[in-house]
Amino acid sequence: MGKTIIEKIIKNNTGIDAKPGDIVTVNVDRVMIHDIFIPFVASKFEEMGFKKLWDPDKVVLIYDHLVPASQVDDTRHFKVGNEFAEKYGMKNVHRSDGICHQLMTEALYVKPGNIVFGTDSHTTTYGCVGAFSSGIGYTEMASILGTGTMWVKVPETIKVSITGKLPDNVMAKDIILKLIGDLGADGATYKALEFTGDTVENMTVASRMSMSNMAIEAGAKCALFTPDEKTAEYCEIELDDKQKDLVGDADAVYCREICYKAEDFVPVMACPSNVDHVEPVKDIEGKEIDQVFIGSCTNGRLEDLMAAASILKGKHVASFVKLIVTPASRKIYRQADENGTLKILADAGAMITHPSCGLCCGRTGGILTDGEVVVATNNRNFLGRMGTSKVEIYLASPKTAAACAIAGKIVTPQ
Amino acid sequence: MGKIFKFNQDVDTDQIIASQYLLFPTIDEMKAHTFESLDPDFASNVKPGDYVVASENFGCGSSREQAPAVLKALGVKAVVAKSFARIFYRNAINIGLPVIVCKDLHENVNAGEEMELSLQEGIVRVSDKTFTCTKLPEYMQGILDQGGLIASLNKEEA
Repeated sequence: MGKTIIEKIIKNNTGIDAKPGDIVTVNVDRVMIHDIFIPFVASKFEEMGFKKLWDPDKVVLIYDHLVPASQVDDTRHFKVGNEFAEKYGMKNVHRSDGICHQLMTEALYVKPGNIVFGTDSHTTTYGCVGAFSSGIGYTEMASILGTGTMWVKVPETIKVSITGKLPDNVMAKDIILKLIGDLGADGATYKALEFTGDTVENMTVASRMSMSNMAIEAGAKCALFTPDEKTAEYCEIELDDKQKDLVGDADAVYCREICYKAEDFVPVMACPSNVDHVEPVKDIEGKEIDQVFIGSCTNGRLEDLMAAASILKGKHVASFVKLIVTPASRKIYRQADENGTLKILADAGAMITHPSCGLCCGRTGGILTDGEVVVATNNRNFLGRMGTSKVEIYLASPKTAAACAIAGKIVTPQ
Repeated sequence: MGKIFKFNQDVDTDQIIASQYLLFPTIDEMKAHTFESLDPDFASNVKPGDYVVASENFGCGSSREQAPAVLKALGVKAVVAKSFARIFYRNAINIGLPVIVCKDLHENVNAGEEMELSLQEGIVRVSDKTFTCTKLPEYMQGILDQGGLIASLNKEEA
Protein backbone atom coordinates (compact mmCIF):
# COMPACT_ATOMS: atom_id res chain seq x y z
CA MET A 1 0.00 0.00 0.00
CA GLY A 2 1.22 3.47 -0.82
CA LYS A 3 2.15 6.17 1.65
CA THR A 4 1.31 9.81 2.27
CA ILE A 5 4.16 12.31 2.72
CA ILE A 6 3.98 12.24 6.54
CA GLU A 7 4.01 8.43 6.55
CA LYS A 8 7.17 8.49 4.41
CA ILE A 9 8.91 11.03 6.66
CA ILE A 10 8.15 8.92 9.73
CA LYS A 11 9.29 5.73 7.96
CA ASN A 12 12.57 7.38 6.95
CA ASN A 13 13.12 8.63 10.49
CA THR A 14 12.20 5.54 12.50
CA GLY A 15 12.40 2.64 10.05
CA ILE A 16 8.87 1.72 11.08
CA ASP A 17 6.04 1.23 8.57
CA ALA A 18 3.65 3.08 10.83
CA LYS A 19 0.03 3.71 9.95
CA PRO A 20 -2.27 6.51 11.14
CA GLY A 21 -3.12 6.13 14.83
CA ASP A 22 0.13 4.33 15.73
CA ILE A 23 2.28 5.96 18.39
CA VAL A 24 5.97 6.06 17.47
CA THR A 25 9.07 7.64 18.98
CA VAL A 26 10.90 9.86 16.48
CA ASN A 27 14.45 11.19 16.45
CA VAL A 28 14.27 14.96 16.35
CA ASP A 29 16.39 16.70 13.69
CA ARG A 30 16.09 20.25 15.01
CA VAL A 31 14.24 22.26 17.67
CA MET A 32 13.38 25.93 17.97
CA ILE A 33 12.75 27.83 21.20
CA HIS A 34 11.49 31.43 21.15
CA ASP A 35 11.96 34.22 23.69
CA ILE A 36 8.55 34.06 25.39
CA PHE A 37 9.00 30.48 26.59
CA ILE A 38 12.78 30.12 27.13
CA PRO A 39 12.57 30.79 30.92
CA PHE A 40 10.01 27.99 31.31
CA VAL A 41 11.98 25.58 29.09
CA ALA A 42 15.16 26.31 31.05
CA SER A 43 13.56 25.70 34.44
CA LYS A 44 11.79 22.49 33.32
CA PHE A 45 15.04 21.20 31.78
CA GLU A 46 16.84 21.55 35.11
CA GLU A 47 13.83 20.21 37.05
CA MET A 48 14.06 17.06 34.91
CA GLY A 49 17.62 16.60 36.09
CA PHE A 50 19.33 16.74 32.69
CA LYS A 51 22.97 17.80 32.79
CA LYS A 52 23.53 18.42 29.08
CA LEU A 53 21.71 19.00 25.82
CA TRP A 54 21.34 15.95 23.59
CA ASP A 55 22.97 17.95 20.78
CA PRO A 56 23.60 21.70 21.20
CA ASP A 57 23.98 22.19 17.43
CA LYS A 58 20.42 21.00 16.85
CA VAL A 59 18.92 23.59 19.18
CA VAL A 60 18.04 27.07 17.89
CA LEU A 61 17.10 29.93 20.21
CA ILE A 62 15.39 32.95 18.63
CA TYR A 63 14.34 36.24 20.20
CA ASP A 64 11.50 37.73 18.16
CA HIS A 65 8.25 38.30 20.09
CA LEU A 66 9.81 40.75 22.56
CA VAL A 67 12.54 42.35 20.43
CA PRO A 68 13.54 44.99 21.33
CA ALA A 69 12.30 44.95 24.93
CA SER A 70 9.34 47.27 25.48
CA GLN A 71 8.88 46.42 29.17
CA VAL A 72 11.57 45.92 31.79
CA ASP A 73 10.36 42.37 32.49
CA ASP A 74 11.06 41.38 28.87
CA THR A 75 14.80 41.66 29.47
CA ARG A 76 14.61 38.71 31.89
CA HIS A 77 13.81 36.46 28.92
CA PHE A 78 16.93 37.53 27.05
CA LYS A 79 19.06 37.17 30.20
CA VAL A 80 17.77 33.66 30.96
CA GLY A 81 18.16 32.67 27.29
CA ASN A 82 21.73 33.96 27.08
CA GLU A 83 22.70 32.19 30.30
CA PHE A 84 21.11 28.92 29.15
CA ALA A 85 22.87 29.11 25.77
CA GLU A 86 26.21 29.84 27.43
CA LYS A 87 25.88 27.12 30.06
CA TYR A 88 24.96 24.37 27.59
CA GLY A 89 27.15 25.41 24.66
CA MET A 90 24.48 26.54 22.19
CA LYS A 91 25.79 28.51 19.23
CA ASN A 92 22.57 28.96 17.24
CA VAL A 93 21.19 32.05 18.95
CA HIS A 94 19.45 34.86 17.03
CA ARG A 95 18.94 38.00 19.06
CA SER A 96 17.56 40.44 16.48
CA ASP A 97 17.57 38.72 13.08
CA GLY A 98 13.83 38.29 12.57
CA ILE A 99 10.90 36.00 13.23
CA CYS A 100 11.64 32.43 14.32
CA HIS A 101 9.61 30.75 11.58
CA GLN A 102 11.25 32.83 8.87
CA LEU A 103 14.75 32.18 10.18
CA MET A 104 14.41 28.41 10.60
CA THR A 105 14.30 27.86 6.84
CA GLU A 106 16.02 31.08 5.70
CA ALA A 107 19.07 30.41 7.90
CA LEU A 108 19.09 26.80 6.57
CA TYR A 109 18.30 24.99 9.84
CA VAL A 110 15.50 22.91 8.28
CA LYS A 111 15.80 20.58 5.30
CA PRO A 112 13.19 18.53 3.38
CA GLY A 113 12.25 15.37 5.29
CA ASN A 114 13.43 16.70 8.67
CA ILE A 115 11.39 16.32 11.86
CA VAL A 116 11.36 19.61 13.76
CA PHE A 117 9.55 20.84 16.86
CA GLY A 118 9.19 24.38 18.17
CA THR A 119 7.66 26.07 21.20
CA ASP A 120 5.40 28.19 18.97
CA SER A 121 2.20 26.84 17.42
CA HIS A 122 3.06 28.20 13.96
CA THR A 123 6.00 25.78 13.74
CA THR A 124 3.88 24.03 11.08
CA THR A 125 5.50 26.59 8.70
CA TYR A 126 8.46 24.35 7.74
CA GLY A 127 6.11 22.02 5.87
CA CYS A 128 6.76 24.53 3.05
CA VAL A 129 10.04 22.69 2.35
CA GLY A 130 8.62 19.22 3.06
CA ALA A 131 9.61 18.97 6.73
CA PHE A 132 7.35 17.52 9.44
CA SER A 133 7.25 20.34 11.95
CA SER A 134 4.84 21.07 14.76
CA GLY A 135 4.36 23.16 17.89
CA ILE A 136 4.75 21.77 21.43
CA GLY A 137 4.72 23.04 25.02
CA TYR A 138 7.72 23.93 27.17
CA THR A 139 7.74 20.75 29.27
CA GLU A 140 7.84 18.61 26.15
CA MET A 141 10.58 20.84 24.68
CA ALA A 142 12.66 20.37 27.83
CA SER A 143 12.24 16.63 27.43
CA ILE A 144 13.48 16.72 23.82
CA LEU A 145 16.47 18.87 24.84
CA GLY A 146 17.53 16.04 27.14
CA THR A 147 16.59 13.00 25.07
CA GLY A 148 16.52 14.04 21.38
CA THR A 149 13.31 12.06 20.96
CA MET A 150 9.58 12.58 21.13
CA TRP A 151 6.49 10.39 20.81
CA VAL A 152 4.01 11.23 18.07
CA LYS A 153 0.75 9.76 16.96
CA VAL A 154 0.96 9.19 13.20
CA PRO A 155 -1.70 11.48 11.73
CA GLU A 156 -4.22 10.77 9.02
CA THR A 157 -3.81 13.01 5.96
CA ILE A 158 -6.20 15.39 4.22
CA LYS A 159 -5.15 15.89 0.58
CA VAL A 160 -5.78 19.34 -0.86
CA SER A 161 -5.46 19.63 -4.66
CA ILE A 162 -5.40 23.02 -6.34
CA THR A 163 -5.16 23.31 -10.12
CA GLY A 164 -5.13 26.21 -12.53
CA LYS A 165 -4.05 29.86 -12.51
CA LEU A 166 -4.93 32.20 -9.65
CA PRO A 167 -6.57 35.55 -10.42
CA ASP A 168 -4.10 38.47 -10.16
CA ASN A 169 -5.62 39.90 -6.99
CA VAL A 170 -5.53 36.55 -5.15
CA MET A 171 -2.55 35.44 -3.07
CA ALA A 172 -1.61 32.19 -1.26
CA LYS A 173 -3.07 33.81 1.89
CA ASP A 174 -6.52 33.86 0.28
CA ILE A 175 -6.22 30.13 -0.48
CA ILE A 176 -5.31 29.13 3.04
CA LEU A 177 -7.98 31.39 4.57
CA LYS A 178 -10.60 29.85 2.26
CA LEU A 179 -9.43 26.35 3.22
CA ILE A 180 -9.58 27.16 6.95
CA GLY A 181 -13.08 28.58 6.47
CA ASP A 182 -14.13 25.39 4.67
CA LEU A 183 -12.49 23.03 7.19
CA GLY A 184 -13.43 24.97 10.34
CA ALA A 185 -11.12 25.76 13.28
CA ASP A 186 -10.93 22.07 14.22
CA GLY A 187 -11.43 20.54 10.76
CA ALA A 188 -7.88 19.21 10.56
CA THR A 189 -7.20 18.56 14.26
CA TYR A 190 -4.64 15.75 14.76
CA LYS A 191 -4.32 15.50 10.95
CA ALA A 192 -1.67 16.31 8.34
CA LEU A 193 -2.51 18.49 5.35
CA GLU A 194 -0.85 17.59 2.04
CA PHE A 195 -0.95 20.13 -0.78
CA THR A 196 -0.73 19.10 -4.42
CA GLY A 197 -1.64 20.29 -7.92
CA ASP A 198 -0.04 22.58 -10.49
CA THR A 199 -1.08 25.75 -8.65
CA VAL A 200 1.09 24.89 -5.65
CA GLU A 201 3.82 23.47 -7.90
CA ASN A 202 4.00 26.89 -9.56
CA MET A 203 4.12 28.74 -6.23
CA THR A 204 7.26 30.19 -4.67
CA VAL A 205 8.54 28.64 -1.43
CA ALA A 206 7.50 31.92 0.25
CA SER A 207 3.87 31.46 -0.82
CA ARG A 208 3.89 27.84 0.36
CA MET A 209 5.23 29.15 3.65
CA SER A 210 2.16 31.38 4.14
CA MET A 211 -0.05 28.34 3.71
CA SER A 212 1.81 25.86 5.94
CA ASN A 213 2.13 28.61 8.56
CA MET A 214 -1.63 28.88 9.00
CA ALA A 215 -2.44 25.15 8.99
CA ILE A 216 -2.60 25.18 12.79
CA GLU A 217 -5.61 27.52 12.52
CA ALA A 218 -7.57 24.49 11.27
CA GLY A 219 -5.99 22.42 14.06
CA ALA A 220 -3.54 20.60 11.76
CA LYS A 221 -0.44 18.89 13.12
CA CYS A 222 1.55 19.71 9.98
CA ALA A 223 1.07 20.90 6.40
CA LEU A 224 3.30 19.41 3.75
CA PHE A 225 4.46 20.38 0.27
CA THR A 226 6.52 18.08 -1.96
CA PRO A 227 10.11 19.38 -2.20
CA ASP A 228 11.09 20.40 -5.74
CA GLU A 229 13.81 22.35 -7.53
CA LYS A 230 12.61 25.61 -5.96
CA THR A 231 12.84 24.02 -2.52
CA ALA A 232 16.36 22.76 -3.28
CA GLU A 233 17.48 26.22 -4.37
CA TYR A 234 15.92 27.86 -1.30
CA CYS A 235 17.52 25.31 1.07
CA GLU A 236 20.83 25.49 -0.83
CA ILE A 237 20.99 21.71 -1.32
CA GLU A 238 20.56 19.08 -4.00
CA LEU A 239 17.61 16.83 -3.24
CA ASP A 240 18.56 13.23 -2.48
CA ASP A 241 16.38 10.28 -3.52
CA LYS A 242 14.49 10.17 -0.23
CA GLN A 243 13.70 13.88 -0.44
CA LYS A 244 12.57 13.57 -4.08
CA ASP A 245 10.28 10.73 -3.02
CA LEU A 246 8.34 12.94 -0.54
CA VAL A 247 5.21 12.89 -2.66
CA GLY A 248 1.90 11.25 -1.80
CA ASP A 249 1.67 7.86 -3.57
CA ALA A 250 -1.22 7.32 -5.99
CA ASP A 251 -2.48 4.46 -3.80
CA ALA A 252 -1.90 6.21 -0.45
CA VAL A 253 -4.91 6.38 1.87
CA TYR A 254 -6.33 9.83 2.64
CA CYS A 255 -9.07 10.49 5.18
CA ARG A 256 -10.42 13.28 2.99
CA GLU A 257 -9.66 14.86 -0.39
CA ILE A 258 -10.52 18.45 -1.24
CA CYS A 259 -10.15 19.91 -4.75
CA TYR A 260 -10.14 23.56 -5.73
CA LYS A 261 -9.92 25.31 -9.09
CA ALA A 262 -7.51 28.26 -8.77
CA GLU A 263 -9.73 30.43 -11.01
CA ASP A 264 -12.55 30.20 -8.42
CA PHE A 265 -10.61 31.91 -5.62
CA VAL A 266 -11.39 35.51 -4.69
CA PRO A 267 -9.79 37.83 -2.11
CA VAL A 268 -11.14 36.90 1.33
CA MET A 269 -10.80 37.99 4.96
CA ALA A 270 -11.07 36.18 8.28
CA CYS A 271 -13.54 38.33 10.21
CA PRO A 272 -13.67 38.96 13.98
CA SER A 273 -12.90 37.01 15.93
CA ASN A 274 -12.31 33.53 14.58
CA VAL A 275 -9.88 32.54 11.85
CA ASP A 276 -12.50 30.23 10.31
CA HIS A 277 -15.02 33.10 9.98
CA VAL A 278 -14.03 33.72 6.36
CA GLU A 279 -15.94 35.98 3.96
CA PRO A 280 -15.24 37.31 0.44
CA VAL A 281 -13.86 40.86 0.74
CA LYS A 282 -16.58 42.12 -1.62
CA ASP A 283 -19.22 41.18 0.97
CA ILE A 284 -17.72 43.38 3.70
CA GLU A 285 -16.57 46.34 1.61
CA GLY A 286 -17.07 49.80 3.11
CA LYS A 287 -16.19 49.07 6.73
CA GLU A 288 -13.97 51.90 7.99
CA ILE A 289 -10.57 51.00 9.42
CA ASP A 290 -8.01 52.61 11.74
CA GLN A 291 -4.84 50.62 11.10
CA VAL A 292 -3.21 48.19 8.68
CA PHE A 293 -0.42 45.77 9.53
CA ILE A 294 1.68 44.06 6.85
CA GLY A 295 4.17 41.60 8.30
CA SER A 296 4.45 38.48 10.52
CA CYS A 297 5.61 34.91 9.87
CA THR A 298 2.57 34.54 7.61
CA ASN A 299 3.13 37.51 5.29
CA GLY A 300 6.30 39.46 6.05
CA ARG A 301 8.40 38.12 3.18
CA LEU A 302 9.91 40.00 0.23
CA GLU A 303 7.15 38.94 -2.19
CA ASP A 304 4.54 40.13 0.34
CA LEU A 305 6.16 43.55 0.71
CA MET A 306 6.54 43.80 -3.08
CA ALA A 307 2.87 42.84 -3.57
CA ALA A 308 1.84 45.58 -1.16
CA ALA A 309 4.17 48.03 -2.91
CA SER A 310 2.61 47.19 -6.30
CA ILE A 311 -0.72 48.43 -4.93
CA LEU A 312 0.69 51.40 -2.98
CA LYS A 313 3.07 52.73 -5.66
CA GLY A 314 2.34 56.38 -6.41
CA LYS A 315 -0.59 56.46 -3.98
CA HIS A 316 -0.94 57.46 -0.35
CA VAL A 317 -2.39 55.84 2.75
CA ALA A 318 -5.66 57.45 3.96
CA SER A 319 -4.88 60.31 6.35
CA PHE A 320 -6.50 58.68 9.39
CA VAL A 321 -4.98 55.22 8.82
CA LYS A 322 -1.70 54.02 10.30
CA LEU A 323 0.05 51.54 7.97
CA ILE A 324 2.75 49.57 9.76
CA VAL A 325 5.07 47.33 7.72
CA THR A 326 7.36 44.84 9.45
CA PRO A 327 9.75 42.70 7.36
CA ALA A 328 9.99 39.13 8.68
CA SER A 329 13.79 39.12 8.83
CA ARG A 330 16.88 41.25 8.58
CA LYS A 331 17.69 39.64 5.21
CA ILE A 332 14.26 40.54 3.83
CA TYR A 333 14.59 44.08 5.21
CA ARG A 334 17.86 44.48 3.36
CA GLN A 335 16.53 42.98 0.11
CA ALA A 336 13.45 45.22 0.23
CA ASP A 337 15.69 48.19 0.81
CA GLU A 338 18.02 47.30 -2.06
CA ASN A 339 15.25 46.72 -4.63
CA GLY A 340 13.42 49.94 -3.77
CA THR A 341 10.36 48.35 -2.12
CA LEU A 342 10.86 50.09 1.21
CA LYS A 343 11.07 53.48 -0.52
CA ILE A 344 7.77 52.90 -2.33
CA LEU A 345 6.13 51.90 0.95
CA ALA A 346 7.61 54.83 2.86
CA ASP A 347 6.63 57.30 0.11
CA ALA A 348 3.06 55.98 0.38
CA GLY A 349 3.04 56.79 4.09
CA ALA A 350 3.96 53.45 5.66
CA MET A 351 5.80 53.22 8.97
CA ILE A 352 8.51 50.59 8.49
CA THR A 353 9.69 48.82 11.63
CA HIS A 354 12.56 46.52 12.57
CA PRO A 355 12.22 42.80 11.75
CA SER A 356 10.28 40.98 14.52
CA CYS A 357 6.85 39.56 15.31
CA GLY A 358 5.68 43.16 15.55
CA LEU A 359 1.99 43.81 16.04
CA CYS A 360 0.95 40.19 15.62
CA CYS A 361 1.39 39.36 19.28
CA GLY A 362 0.68 42.91 20.48
CA ARG A 363 3.99 43.23 22.32
CA THR A 364 6.23 45.73 20.53
CA GLY A 365 3.99 48.68 19.72
CA GLY A 366 1.03 49.41 17.48
CA ILE A 367 -1.69 48.21 19.86
CA LEU A 368 -5.29 49.33 19.41
CA THR A 369 -8.19 50.21 21.70
CA ASP A 370 -11.95 49.63 22.05
CA GLY A 371 -13.91 50.10 18.85
CA GLU A 372 -10.89 50.30 16.54
CA VAL A 373 -10.61 48.18 13.40
CA VAL A 374 -7.40 46.72 11.97
CA VAL A 375 -6.73 44.87 8.73
CA ALA A 376 -3.72 42.64 9.28
CA THR A 377 -1.75 40.03 7.34
CA ASN A 378 -0.90 37.86 10.34
CA ASN A 379 -2.50 34.58 11.31
CA ARG A 380 -4.80 35.12 14.30
CA ASN A 381 -7.68 37.47 15.02
CA PHE A 382 -8.53 36.26 18.51
CA LEU A 383 -10.03 38.77 20.92
CA GLY A 384 -7.42 40.82 22.73
CA ARG A 385 -4.51 39.80 20.54
CA MET A 386 -3.62 43.25 19.16
CA GLY A 387 -4.86 45.45 21.98
CA THR A 388 -8.08 45.44 24.00
CA SER A 389 -10.70 42.70 23.62
CA LYS A 390 -12.95 45.17 21.76
CA VAL A 391 -10.60 45.62 18.78
CA GLU A 392 -11.89 44.11 15.54
CA ILE A 393 -9.18 42.24 13.63
CA TYR A 394 -9.66 41.33 9.94
CA LEU A 395 -7.02 39.00 8.46
CA ALA A 396 -6.16 39.45 4.78
CA SER A 397 -3.48 39.13 2.10
CA PRO A 398 -0.84 41.86 1.67
CA LYS A 399 -2.56 43.06 -1.55
CA THR A 400 -5.92 43.39 0.18
CA ALA A 401 -4.32 45.05 3.22
CA ALA A 402 -2.52 47.60 1.02
CA ALA A 403 -5.72 48.43 -0.90
CA CYS A 404 -7.59 48.94 2.38
CA ALA A 405 -4.85 51.26 3.70
CA ILE A 406 -5.28 53.57 0.70
CA ALA A 407 -9.09 53.55 0.83
CA GLY A 408 -9.32 53.85 4.62
CA LYS A 409 -11.95 51.15 4.50
CA ILE A 410 -12.31 47.54 3.48
CA VAL A 411 -12.05 47.19 -0.31
CA THR A 412 -11.15 44.47 -2.81
CA PRO A 413 -7.70 44.92 -4.39
CA GLN A 414 -7.78 45.42 -8.16
CA MET B 1 -18.00 15.83 43.62
CA GLY B 2 -17.09 19.13 41.97
CA LYS B 3 -18.93 22.02 40.41
CA ILE B 4 -19.26 22.42 36.62
CA PHE B 5 -17.90 25.55 34.92
CA LYS B 6 -19.25 25.48 31.40
CA PHE B 7 -17.72 26.94 28.21
CA ASN B 8 -18.66 26.77 24.53
CA GLN B 9 -16.73 25.73 21.41
CA ASP B 10 -13.36 27.00 20.13
CA VAL B 11 -12.16 28.34 23.48
CA ASP B 12 -8.67 29.50 22.51
CA THR B 13 -5.57 29.68 24.66
CA ASP B 14 -5.67 33.51 24.62
CA GLN B 15 -9.06 33.22 26.34
CA ILE B 16 -7.74 30.72 28.88
CA ILE B 17 -4.75 32.91 29.76
CA ALA B 18 -4.15 36.11 27.77
CA SER B 19 -0.75 36.95 26.24
CA GLN B 20 -0.09 39.91 28.52
CA TYR B 21 0.09 37.62 31.56
CA LEU B 22 2.44 35.05 30.03
CA LEU B 23 5.49 36.98 31.09
CA PHE B 24 4.64 36.79 34.78
CA PRO B 25 7.47 34.74 36.25
CA THR B 26 5.29 32.05 37.86
CA ILE B 27 2.05 30.18 37.15
CA ASP B 28 0.77 31.20 40.59
CA GLU B 29 0.96 34.87 39.58
CA MET B 30 -0.86 34.14 36.30
CA LYS B 31 -3.68 31.98 37.59
CA ALA B 32 -5.87 34.86 38.91
CA HIS B 33 -6.37 35.87 35.24
CA THR B 34 -7.65 32.51 34.00
CA PHE B 35 -10.60 32.84 31.58
CA GLU B 36 -10.56 36.59 32.34
CA SER B 37 -12.20 37.69 29.07
CA LEU B 38 -14.92 34.99 29.22
CA ASP B 39 -15.69 34.86 32.96
CA PRO B 40 -13.83 37.45 35.04
CA ASP B 41 -14.94 35.75 38.28
CA PHE B 42 -13.76 32.28 37.30
CA ALA B 43 -10.48 32.34 39.23
CA SER B 44 -12.14 33.52 42.45
CA ASN B 45 -15.13 31.17 42.18
CA VAL B 46 -13.47 27.90 41.13
CA LYS B 47 -12.49 25.54 43.95
CA PRO B 48 -10.11 22.57 43.97
CA GLY B 49 -11.98 19.55 42.63
CA ASP B 50 -14.23 21.54 40.25
CA TYR B 51 -14.52 20.71 36.54
CA VAL B 52 -14.35 22.60 33.27
CA VAL B 53 -16.87 21.30 30.71
CA ALA B 54 -16.60 22.55 27.13
CA SER B 55 -17.81 21.89 23.62
CA GLU B 56 -15.58 21.29 20.56
CA ASN B 57 -11.94 22.30 20.01
CA PHE B 58 -11.08 23.37 23.56
CA GLY B 59 -7.64 24.99 23.81
CA CYS B 60 -7.14 25.93 20.17
CA GLY B 61 -4.55 28.54 19.18
CA SER B 62 -1.11 28.99 20.66
CA SER B 63 1.22 26.40 22.13
CA ARG B 64 1.29 28.06 25.57
CA GLU B 65 1.55 25.40 28.24
CA GLN B 66 0.50 28.05 30.73
CA ALA B 67 -3.10 27.37 29.59
CA PRO B 68 -3.41 23.91 31.16
CA ALA B 69 -0.97 24.96 33.90
CA VAL B 70 -3.20 27.74 35.29
CA LEU B 71 -6.20 25.39 35.29
CA LYS B 72 -4.20 22.80 37.21
CA ALA B 73 -2.87 25.45 39.60
CA LEU B 74 -6.44 26.53 40.41
CA GLY B 75 -7.26 22.95 41.31
CA VAL B 76 -9.43 22.11 38.29
CA LYS B 77 -9.77 18.33 38.53
CA ALA B 78 -10.26 17.69 34.81
CA VAL B 79 -11.38 19.29 31.57
CA VAL B 80 -14.15 17.34 29.86
CA ALA B 81 -14.86 18.48 26.29
CA LYS B 82 -16.38 17.22 23.06
CA SER B 83 -12.92 17.59 21.49
CA PHE B 84 -9.57 19.24 22.17
CA ALA B 85 -6.97 21.08 20.09
CA ARG B 86 -3.90 18.85 19.91
CA ILE B 87 -1.18 21.02 21.46
CA PHE B 88 -3.36 21.83 24.49
CA TYR B 89 -4.19 18.14 24.81
CA ARG B 90 -0.55 17.03 24.83
CA ASN B 91 0.46 19.83 27.18
CA ALA B 92 -2.30 18.94 29.65
CA ILE B 93 -1.27 15.27 29.75
CA ASN B 94 2.38 16.23 30.12
CA ILE B 95 1.72 18.37 33.19
CA GLY B 96 -0.72 15.86 34.68
CA LEU B 97 -4.05 17.64 34.08
CA PRO B 98 -6.67 15.07 33.02
CA VAL B 99 -8.36 15.93 29.71
CA ILE B 100 -11.24 13.69 28.73
CA VAL B 101 -13.35 13.55 25.58
CA CYS B 102 -17.08 13.10 26.26
CA LYS B 103 -19.41 13.71 23.32
CA ASP B 104 -22.71 13.97 25.21
CA LEU B 105 -21.89 15.82 28.41
CA HIS B 106 -21.86 19.46 27.25
CA GLU B 107 -25.44 19.54 25.95
CA ASN B 108 -26.90 17.72 28.93
CA VAL B 109 -25.51 19.59 31.92
CA ASN B 110 -25.72 23.11 33.28
CA ALA B 111 -23.11 25.37 34.78
CA GLY B 112 -23.11 25.04 38.56
CA GLU B 113 -24.31 21.41 38.65
CA GLU B 114 -22.27 18.96 40.69
CA MET B 115 -20.48 16.19 38.79
CA GLU B 116 -18.19 13.30 39.50
CA LEU B 117 -15.63 11.80 37.13
CA SER B 118 -14.16 8.34 37.43
CA LEU B 119 -11.03 8.44 35.28
CA GLN B 120 -10.47 4.71 35.56
CA GLU B 121 -13.97 3.80 34.41
CA GLY B 122 -14.21 6.72 31.98
CA ILE B 123 -17.61 7.64 33.42
CA VAL B 124 -19.11 11.00 34.39
CA ARG B 125 -22.05 11.16 36.81
CA VAL B 126 -24.25 14.25 37.13
CA SER B 127 -27.20 13.75 39.56
CA ASP B 128 -28.94 10.64 38.19
CA LYS B 129 -27.39 10.79 34.72
CA THR B 130 -24.35 8.84 33.55
CA PHE B 131 -22.12 9.70 30.57
CA THR B 132 -19.45 7.54 28.97
CA CYS B 133 -16.14 9.16 27.98
CA THR B 134 -13.54 8.12 25.41
CA LYS B 135 -10.65 6.51 27.25
CA LEU B 136 -7.15 7.87 26.76
CA PRO B 137 -4.70 5.81 24.68
CA GLU B 138 -2.67 3.60 27.01
CA TYR B 139 0.58 5.49 26.38
CA MET B 140 -0.92 8.83 27.44
CA GLN B 141 -2.79 7.32 30.38
CA GLY B 142 0.60 6.02 31.52
CA ILE B 143 2.11 9.52 31.54
CA LEU B 144 -0.96 10.90 33.32
CA ASP B 145 -0.96 8.13 35.93
CA GLN B 146 2.59 9.00 36.89
CA GLY B 147 1.68 12.66 37.31
CA GLY B 148 2.97 14.01 34.02
CA LEU B 149 6.04 13.90 31.80
CA ILE B 150 8.61 15.01 34.37
CA ALA B 151 7.58 12.33 36.85
CA SER B 152 7.42 9.82 34.02
CA LEU B 153 10.95 10.66 32.78
CA ASN B 154 12.32 10.53 36.31
CA LYS B 155 10.81 7.09 36.73
CA GLU B 156 12.39 5.85 33.48
CA GLU B 157 15.81 6.96 34.70
CA ALA B 158 15.41 5.34 38.09
